[in-house]
Amino acid sequence: MLLEVKGLQASYGATPVLHGVDLAMQEGSVTTLLGANGAGKTTFLRALCGMVKTSGEVRFAGARIERHATEDIVRLGVAHVPDGRGTFAGLTTEENLRLGGYTRRRARELEADLERMYGYFPRLKERRAQQAGTLSGGEQQMLAVSRALMLRPKLLLLDEPSFGLAPLVVQELFRILGAVNREERVSILLVEQNAAMALALADRAYLMETGRIVRSGAAAELQRDDAVRRAYLGY
Amino acid sequence: MSAEALLLQVASGLATGGIYASLALALVMIYRATHLVNFAQGEMAMFCTYIAWSLMNAGLGYWTAFFATVAIAFVLGMLIERIVIRPVEDAPVLSVVVVFIGLLVILNSVAGWIFTYTIKTFPSPFPAELPYGIRLVSPHQLGALAVTMVVLALLYAFFRFTALGLAMRAAAQNPVSSRLVGIRVGWMLALGWGLAAAVGAVAGIMVAPIVYLDPNMMSGTLLYAFAAALLGGIESPGGAVVGGLIVGVLENVLGALIGNELKLVVALVLIVGVLLARPSGLFGKAQVTRV
Repeated sequence: MLLEVKGLQASYGATPVLHGVDLAMQEGSVTTLLGANGAGKTTFLRALCGMVKTSGEVRFAGARIERHATEDIVRLGVAHVPDGRGTFAGLTTEENLRLGGYTRRRARELEADLERMYGYFPRLKERRAQQAGTLSGGEQQMLAVSRALMLRPKLLLLDEPSFGLAPLVVQELFRILGAVNREERVSILLVEQNAAMALALADRAYLMETGRIVRSGAAAELQRDDAVRRAYLGY
Repeated sequence: MSAEALLLQVASGLATGGIYASLALALVMIYRATHLVNFAQGEMAMFCTYIAWSLMNAGLGYWTAFFATVAIAFVLGMLIERIVIRPVEDAPVLSVVVVFIGLLVILNSVAGWIFTYTIKTFPSPFPAELPYGIRLVSPHQLGALAVTMVVLALLYAFFRFTALGLAMRAAAQNPVSSRLVGIRVGWMLALGWGLAAAVGAVAGIMVAPIVYLDPNMMSGTLLYAFAAALLGGIESPGGAVVGGLIVGVLENVLGALIGNELKLVVALVLIVGVLLARPSGLFGKAQVTRV
């Protein structure tokens, strides 16, 4: 297992948000976590990265990481595209991308990856010298995904990557995520509002309600489930 | 005032302005990381100047002592951040301000206790006379300006062209996202304090031959550096440099025009005027963010 979470609890102050979440991910898989607003999906991703206080167990590639600092978890190969994109607003697009690869040392590989990102998202190349805070919401979302990929992560955590993107761009983004997963064996944990797109990309899916996992299974199976269809797919 | 006299005042204003600029730059560096003005910056520079003086008295050559002091200042700055500032990181603003003021008083008193309050002369590394009979500026003024410009160029190159410099800018701007790309934000802050202390030490060593060495030597310089940093826009390193030069020139020209008693007042009135018209300073930019 690449990622194994057992009994994970988290709270903001006195308000508990996660009530003992169990989740497991195979290496090379795409897993999606679905749920309504406020179910605790964002908190779950933040808990994995040590950004909120937690109790419970998180194993990444076999090692316990729940007490690690965020930057140490990142250095193990966990990239996080956070809720709200996390843009370095005062730096240029290219500086944002370079920061994504900050922990990597091979300059030539970094330059090649930079060009690869510009290949995925040509809009970012056009805007490479522009202050990132002045990019449109969709461009900042592309930037956030590219910045995370610059780490060459083993595990990519995505918090609603389709947020604010035009439908065509969402399709393109999911095509790129699929390619990254297949070709570079990057495992992906995807939190999405767009359940149809997420289930189409994912191998496995988890449903979260008020801080608990209420269902899990193969993505294809959940896609056919009537209750899931009504609640998340809207048909 | 004759044109020649004006030129003279402008030239020596640029020279002292360069020193204000380096201290202003140290203030800006800490401000960008902590959003607070470090009131102890001047005393840190003063203390380091005493270290340089002690090293020279112990027999080290000027430039050996100079570079050793800059290195010691860097380490001291990092230690201050780790030991004194780190524990109050999340404390209310006023608590941190009190820590800064406490640091100021402590450094001042310890310097007085170790080195006494007797005013000492401090050597200049530059020759006594300029070649070709140039009399517009003194050799030390010209040398200090050159040293300052080299420091500024090095800092610019560091922040602009190195991965570490980029990481420090990122950490100052967005600590949460910085951690998510693996930057050790705590160390970046410590590094920032080290660099600021080192730049301050250079300013102290360069200003000491002019104002002489005593525990209160930096009080005037720090005031001008504050004004310079605010004038340039407290977040803008380039602005701090230009602000420093403007304040230096204003101080000198006004001193010659209306006398030394009122020059500080008039200089500050002009600066307040600029800030009333442009609250974010001459080079401060309101950050634009689309959502």
